[in-house]
Amino acid sequence: MNLTLKIWRQKGPQDKGKMVDYKVSDISEHMSFLEMMDVLNEQLVNSGEEPVAFDHDCREGICGMCSLHINGEAHGPDRGITTCQLHMRMFKDGDTITIEPWRAKAFPVIKDLVVDRSAFERIQQAGGYISVNTSGNTQDANSIPISKHAADEAMDAAACIGCGACVASCKNSSAMLFVGAKVSQFALLPQGQVEATDRVKNMVAQMDLEGFGNCTNTGACEVECPKGITLENIARMNRELFKASLIKF
Amino acid sequence: MSGFFNSSIGRKYAMAFSAFFLIIFLVIHLAVNITSVFSEDVFNDLSHFMGTNPLIQFGLQPILIFGVVFHFVMGFVLEAKNKSARNIKYARNNGAANSTWMSRNMIYSGLVILAFIVLHFIDFWIPELNTKYVQGDMSGLLADGEGFRYFEELQHKFVNPLRVGAYVIAFILLALHLLHGFTSAFQSVGATMGRQKAMKNIGKAYSILIPLGFIVVALFHHFNH
Repeated sequence: MNLTLKIWRQKGPQDKGKMVDYKVSDISEHMSFLEMMDVLNEQLVNSGEEPVAFDHDCREGICGMCSLHINGEAHGPDRGITTCQLHMRMFKDGDTITIEPWRAKAFPVIKDLVVDRSAFERIQQAGGYISVNTSGNTQDANSIPISKHAADEAMDAAACIGCGACVASCKNSSAMLFVGAKVSQFALLPQGQVEATDRVKNMVAQMDLEGFGNCTNTGACEVECPKGITLENIARMNRELFKASLIKF
Repeated sequence: MSGFFNSSIGRKYAMAFSAFFLIIFLVIHLAVNITSVFSEDVFNDLSHFMGTNPLIQFGLQPILIFGVVFHFVMGFVLEAKNKSARNIKYARNNGAANSTWMSRNMIYSGLVILAFIVLHFIDFWIPELNTKYVQGDMSGLLADGEGFRYFEELQHKFVNPLRVGAYVIAFILLALHLLHGFTSAFQSVGATMGRQKAMKNIGKAYSILIPLGFIVVALFHHFNH
């Protein structure tokens, strides 16, 4: 298929940036979206132009590196997938595809379609962990009784790959689905209880500090999340923070 | 707890609590108004009670005013903060693919409701304050002393079709605001029951029936004055 691509080009963080049109031809419907981007970049390199910078790593929907806001949606028009799993069969010959970086003040553009998502790292560092003695006498996790239901819910929350599609999709650029998932995966398990109060308070404080917006429960994040993280995780985070604020002012 | 209410989640709780209060208030307001369709006397008696009872006038009314003002001010503050969280807009954004129109436009439905409240205050609340607390007439009686004035004042307000039209539009926007706001308030306070089908249906029923009730009252008196 032959396509017109409207791509955000930005030389660096200080550059103003603009949308630039490109044509690509003979794109196979079996290609992934990132392979189509590879074809474009090969074409640009061969003609002496600067290739389009975009994030990618595993190309298996696991790592959370690939981003891209495609035709007005995070990771494109398909559901439950990352951009590397988006296939060109979702598009038609002659289509014009708009490709933009995640847009959020907390995710500044580094170059072209690459954004700085280290705000997520700082939120994680603020409390997204449990302190475990790993000096050789670590307790076997299976020795702690955990209900199947809680284990399943914690695993569902832990499926978050931190790609940032929630922020990109939210009209408020809110990171609450991400933080809700990271708080939930520990809040649901006994191992997470010891640091629960400080965890939620510190992670929410860091989230606010990073400049993400406030959740207004539109549910866009849940729809666009490639890993099916649900709004229940935001509700749980809200309860956790309320509880933590009652315990520790 | 001051730190809690300064956080983004604390503000969500505050918005939701004020929303719950206003949701209950709308039920009470409609319960009184709808009596005007069935009985002039019952409406007059209830209006006189609500307008002169000290507990309602000096206890609940200030809380209501605070609740309304808080909900609006906080709504605007949050909207401004949320807008600033995305400094560069998308060239193409397909919001309809993942969220409802109502959820994305709460600020606009809210603005229409705010304009309505201003009109409503000019129509009813300010004349009431003037009669009762400036002129000192707490009797609630008509100028000729023949019965209560409330029903007659109500009918008089709905003579003008432009005012009735404005009321109907405002209540349609209120319905749209509630269609997202009702269940959203539960989610904000961490109650996942707002996501369950039964509560969603209750929210839909409330969001349609309450504004519809107010519309019925306005249209009834417009065509029956």
